[in-house]
Amino acid sequence: MGGIPHDHYEPKSNFEKGMAKRLPIFGLLYDTLMIPTPKNLNWMWIWGIVLTFCLALQIITGIVLVMHYIPHEDMAFASVEHIMRNVNGGHMIRYFHMNGASLFFVAVYLHIFRGLYYGSYKAPREVTWIIGMLIYLLMMGTAFMGYVLPWGQMSFHGTAVITGLFGAIPFVGEALQTWLLGASSVGQPALNRFFSLHYLLPFVIAGLVIVHIWAFHTTGNNNPTGVEVRRTSKAEAEKDTLPFWPYFVIKDLFALAVILVVFMAIVGFMPNYLGHPDNYIEANPLATPAHIVPEWYFLPFYAILRAFTADVWLVMFVDFITGGIVDAKFFGVLAMFGAIAVMALAPWLDTSSVRSGRYRPMFKIWFWILVADFIFLMWLGAMPAEEPYASLSLLGSTYWFAYFLVILPLLGVLEKPEQPPATIEDDFKAHYGKGDSVATPAE
Amino acid sequence: MFKTLTTGLALTVALAAGGAHAAGEAPKVTDYDFSFEGPFGAYDQMQLQRGLQVYTEICSACHGLKFVPIRTLADDGGPHLPEDQVRAYAEFYEVWDPTLFDGEGDFRPAVPADHFPEVLSANAPDLSLMAKARAGFSGPLGSGINQLVKGMGGAEYIASLLAGYEDPPSCAPDDFDGSYNAVFTAGGYPVECYDEDGKRKYPGSWIGMSQPLWGDDVEYADGTEATIEQASQDVAAFLMWTAEPKLNARKQAGFVGVIILSLLAALLYLTNKRIWAPVKGKD
Repeated sequence: MGGIPHDHYEPKSNFEKGMAKRLPIFGLLYDTLMIPTPKNLNWMWIWGIVLTFCLALQIITGIVLVMHYIPHEDMAFASVEHIMRNVNGGHMIRYFHMNGASLFFVAVYLHIFRGLYYGSYKAPREVTWIIGMLIYLLMMGTAFMGYVLPWGQMSFHGTAVITGLFGAIPFVGEALQTWLLGASSVGQPALNRFFSLHYLLPFVIAGLVIVHIWAFHTTGNNNPTGVEVRRTSKAEAEKDTLPFWPYFVIKDLFALAVILVVFMAIVGFMPNYLGHPDNYIEANPLATPAHIVPEWYFLPFYAILRAFTADVWLVMFVDFITGGIVDAKFFGVLAMFGAIAVMALAPWLDTSSVRSGRYRPMFKIWFWILVADFIFLMWLGAMPAEEPYASLSLLGSTYWFAYFLVILPLLGVLEKPEQPPATIEDDFKAHYGKGDSVATPAE
Repeated sequence: MFKTLTTGLALTVALAAGGAHAAGEAPKVTDYDFSFEGPFGAYDQMQLQRGLQVYTEICSACHGLKFVPIRTLADDGGPHLPEDQVRAYAEFYEVWDPTLFDGEGDFRPAVPADHFPEVLSANAPDLSLMAKARAGFSGPLGSGINQLVKGMGGAEYIASLLAGYEDPPSCAPDDFDGSYNAVFTAGGYPVECYDEDGKRKYPGSWIGMSQPLWGDDVEYADGTEATIEQASQDVAAFLMWTAEPKLNARKQAGFVGVIILSLLAALLYLTNKRIWAPVKGKD
């Protein structure tokens, strides 16, 4: 695969030969597992396996939780308490599921920023990037709907706020919101359909994950230098790569184990720290919490949503020229989805001829400001909607858009990149000194 | 570089999550030392039994514990009462049984399989999960540091609140609704007690619940003196248990999990090093 010359699967036993003629599954598994992988991948290339693990963890714990959960507005909260108190190991399963969502998003954000830094989104990997963005969107939808299910105060009022965003769409908004909720307000129909979708979407994500892997197995992995693997001959390709098994499988599993130590400590010792205490109060439509705050992984985009208030001149201007169709509320919604859309468009907005940020001195600075901006927005999203947070959110949001729409296109023209190494082998040798570059795979 | 990013993100997650709890004014909560704090902390069985006594003799007059099955009082890692005591305790409550009286329903004495009765009163919230629902104060600048570092949570809040009743400040009119509590912030506040800048002159607010503990309310069987502070902490610990009955088991599982995964990580580290050694020219 990947146009990288390598050994292919040869069926040996009669059974394998027979299978190869009928269903070439062993060949597919072999080629997937033995795919030539750039040998200079660093520790930021481990998040893929962490994400795969998270998806499996969430699906498995989720299936068990569903066996005990009741999607009914009068019973949902009590059924979660039933899981926490009466189901064998139920409290651990639920805490794994709850904190698993957080681990999932930590990993996905690091995975995305890895891609942004090393230019993994650039040709020919745009399709991988776009599918990744789709997965990310579905993850957010799934996480949001999952948060509704315990039917606590934050579940209920958070749902009202988020579905209210769709109500801000001009003309069709109200009808759309009613259609989404199955009623004019959050209630039994919403709970039922969110439960249904929360169960369905992870399997859609699993399907997209396979396509995501298929896509980058076709192009080959990116790597920290952004230099492509040499494809002219098998001998050359083998100097740049190592098979995925065992080199990267063991490396990734080691990283996963370290991450799971931290994860286990959080689940065991502070499982509610990342959640909101108000969600341990049963949903009450008549009592709205003082501050409705989404889970931490939505905070940066929540900050962008709230940043564009009616007193921002851009909002006033757009409101004026659209004759009031795009008001402040709808502008905020557009900004929030736009913030993800501009990220998805990165492959076409980045004009630099050099792929990896490692060889782009100016890009590096702007990239790390973007990371700081993301963290800044996350903090702002948790703060109440008042000054100075509103102005700071506007500043943070502006940088987010400026990075993708102005800085990335301009840098390609203004910046003078450094010379990347000619081959991956050179990069690896520079790092490990005397290394004999031809791998003799450990038998 | 990315190590910075990873730690940076982890730190932000920790702080933003803590900050997400920040709601209004941070109440003045005392950082009591509870036995169940920290990775190795566990419930103090005697304290839970004392707390149960306080709940039964005082709180249960108004508040329910509808999510808590009475039988769990016998559980390991809880008050751990003997079975016969739990049965005798259950009879203390009356529960509604819809199957009695030819399907019309009637009250009967509770059995261990029943839950603590639910109290349907808007002014007296159910206490089952209160210790988890009130974990949301979060230290300096909404950073969540207090919760993370000192392990301050709902139990501290409950204990502080119960011991937080004080004589009302002189600015308040005598007939102002509720009782003054220096810890409770969500209650009524008389206009007379704001200064010129519209800031509150005194902490806390006026709470609907009149002072429940006076220092001579219960007589503990184990001889512990039932001061206001002592009884507040005991019942707070008990309510932490009703909110999180599997805390002991969870921490144990966490501890075992961390050790096993650390061993696994160490083995994988060595395997990884060995596999890569020839490639990196280090064999």
